[in-house]
Amino acid sequence: MQVDLRILRYDPERDAGPHWVSYSVEAEPIDRVLDLLHRVKYKVDGSLTFRRSCGHGVCGSDAMLINGRNRLACKIRVEQLGRRRISVAPLPGLPVIKDLVVDMDGFFAKYRSVQPFLITAGPPPTRERRQSPEERARYDDTTKCILCAACTSSCPSFWAQPDYVGPAAIVQAHRFIFDSRDEGADERLEILADQDGVWRCRTIFNCTDACPRGIEVTRAILEVSAAIVERQA
Amino acid sequence: MDQDFDALIVGAGGAGLWAALELAQAGVPTAVLTKLYPTRSHTGAAQGGVCAALGNHEEDHWEWHMFDTVKGGDYLTDQDAAEVLAREAIETVIELEHMGLPFNRTADGKIDQRRFGGHTRNFGEGPVRRSCFAADRTGHMILQTLYQQCIKVGVQFFDEYHVVDLLFDGGEAGAGGRAAGVVAYRIADGELRAFRAKAVLLATGGFGRMFRITSNAWSLTGDGVALAYRHGVPLQDMEFYQFHPTGIVGLGILLSEAARGEGGYLRNDSGERFMARYAPTLMELGPRDLVSRAITMEIRAGRGIGGKDYVYLDVTHLGRKVIEEKLPDITEFARIYQGVEPISEPVPIQPTAHYAMGGIPTDLHARVIRDADRTIVPGLYAAGECACVSVHGANRLGTNSLVDLLVFGRRAGRQMARDVRGVDLPELTEDAIEPVRAELRAISARSSGENAARIRSDLADVMMDNVGVYRTEELLSAALPRVRELQERYSRVHVDDKGTVFNTDLLEAREVGYLLDCAETTVVSALARKESRGAHAREDYPERDDVNFLSHTLAYRAEGGPRLAYKPVTITRFEPKPRTY
Repeated sequence: MQVDLRILRYDPERDAGPHWVSYSVEAEPIDRVLDLLHRVKYKVDGSLTFRRSCGHGVCGSDAMLINGRNRLACKIRVEQLGRRRISVAPLPGLPVIKDLVVDMDGFFAKYRSVQPFLITAGPPPTRERRQSPEERARYDDTTKCILCAACTSSCPSFWAQPDYVGPAAIVQAHRFIFDSRDEGADERLEILADQDGVWRCRTIFNCTDACPRGIEVTRAILEVSAAIVERQA
Repeated sequence: MDQDFDALIVGAGGAGLWAALELAQAGVPTAVLTKLYPTRSHTGAAQGGVCAALGNHEEDHWEWHMFDTVKGGDYLTDQDAAEVLAREAIETVIELEHMGLPFNRTADGKIDQRRFGGHTRNFGEGPVRRSCFAADRTGHMILQTLYQQCIKVGVQFFDEYHVVDLLFDGGEAGAGGRAAGVVAYRIADGELRAFRAKAVLLATGGFGRMFRITSNAWSLTGDGVALAYRHGVPLQDMEFYQFHPTGIVGLGILLSEAARGEGGYLRNDSGERFMARYAPTLMELGPRDLVSRAITMEIRAGRGIGGKDYVYLDVTHLGRKVIEEKLPDITEFARIYQGVEPISEPVPIQPTAHYAMGGIPTDLHARVIRDADRTIVPGLYAAGECACVSVHGANRLGTNSLVDLLVFGRRAGRQMARDVRGVDLPELTEDAIEPVRAELRAISARSSGENAARIRSDLADVMMDNVGVYRTEELLSAALPRVRELQERYSRVHVDDKGTVFNTDLLEAREVGYLLDCAETTVVSALARKESRGAHAREDYPERDDVNFLSHTLAYRAEGGPRLAYKPVTITRFEPKPRTY
């Protein structure tokens, strides 16, 4: 079948601003949006620019706004979109470099700001640290994050307050705060209790809807908020 | 603008990140250059686990792991390297846990372990639980954990810097020169920049994109392998390319061997567990080369599902709990990409191009060597899939890719930290970046010519159809002129995008050139190896020939096509025996 693929394009060396370009693309229902983008790039216009790598939803390169929702282009089939007109735009709220490529540097700087690494005191044992299956399950959900930015760039609080650390960074902090082996929760909770930390969240649930890994992002944010309150009390 | 470091690391997968961590901890000024963001690296796509003889469930020994690795490699494995791999696997896995890796746990809180293909107890008696895992996301957890540690110690990253050339001082790598740095193309604005260093590690991964059906990321285009080759380093054992038995039909996306490690079956059209006829002891947990051939034979005999070119992976008997808790990602892949529900339906699969056993030859300390006498290229290192040490020989066992990149990435970092001490920076000439600048400009300057994506797709067809699971003189001889014709077309490649900002059109064209080098050396090496060993299955030479071919191939770049030489295999403990499972 033919699909009308509309792409919000922008080349800073040629264009005054972003503009929609329509491509009529041959597609199978099982095709992913990434397949359609490749078809345009390889057969119609090689200058169409987007990131992608693994092609099956685990590397986090190709998050973009597809029919008004943040998704991974490699993880959404044409038939799932339910119509023959598909619009693709860069992730909202992040500076556009070219076509569907956004500047991720600020996103990763926020990720780094929450101390996203295991903090322990004292030397480790000779063998593995023990952790029960229940303790391991406590933070399982947030270990799945692939840092694609679909959540953070779907968040109205982030759009309004670009200094907000954002859902992805909080998810990453959550992964350590609730890990029984970690001893850095106080430092992280201090960082996230900042005015640009968890209190910016208005529980809109866009992040949870956007997460291609199915992480309950809003719940993770609320659990971190609760931990801050508990610590302060 | 030039920039100086003591050590440079090209690629930010598991090998590159662990090396960076070692260097940073040793206080060596180090930079990591990656054409992606580090967390996009393909280590993150590894699923099933990382083997180490921890013995958390049952008796296990590194000697057994070593033996399995040697036998799995059909005795082409260098046994001194396999010993290092199996011994150090244990401490690297423990170290990963200390770094915070969220392994699945046993009831008493230890790292959980499961069975994996070709990994056995007591030298082949039966399967053993050796694979340490985090659901079916082990690679994701490894990549995340190592990146987290790099952030912790302040490793300097140059994200989205695409390395397009290697620099040498005092001659090419193949002629006694010393590594002097790299040329990187900053993707954001197209600036070419030389980075100077005393030690350069290539950790650029594989080149599965030369095949049509592959589990590999789009970014796996053999960059480091081809660049080393172009500067005079021979490529080792390129004819050994692994096809993983269970890829999603048509797409090649991997469905982990963990599905079989947890007890999954392979079935043909009549529902038969056909592995009973090919590997009666290990059944579905036979090594990958054997299982991929078995599937191919079933399909050829008309026993594919409905007579078509695939068979079934059946996990329905494992139950919802095991499937959802231990195999969640691959279950989702089957649902999304095939519309199949693994809890209640068998999943159609076919072999998919997965892993290069061959690559840049190195010694046990990840130092690149350039001939059969094991002459070292000073300052140049390689680790991970792009390297060939050779622990995998003619066929890699499942999970050993992760073991390899961890053990030898760690060794690379430690060796580089030792080697840069007290050494002066090499000399770089002003015009060091000019050759690659000229090559890139030539592509951009053509207003018309050949389409790179078309060349890549034609190459992928030739390699898949002629250089796949089974090979013959006829198929390989037909492939060579077709690869050469594609090289000729590539000399006229052109791009639409003439800009400087995020020009992926130009960089992808560059990558196709790397794939062509990998493909040519693969075909030439495969033609010359007139035997069947591991993943190199010649129907016209069905037997292993230890008299003539118990040796590593070295393919040197030369006028008119690769020149081949051979290097002996290191045998320490296990004399070659017939390989049955």
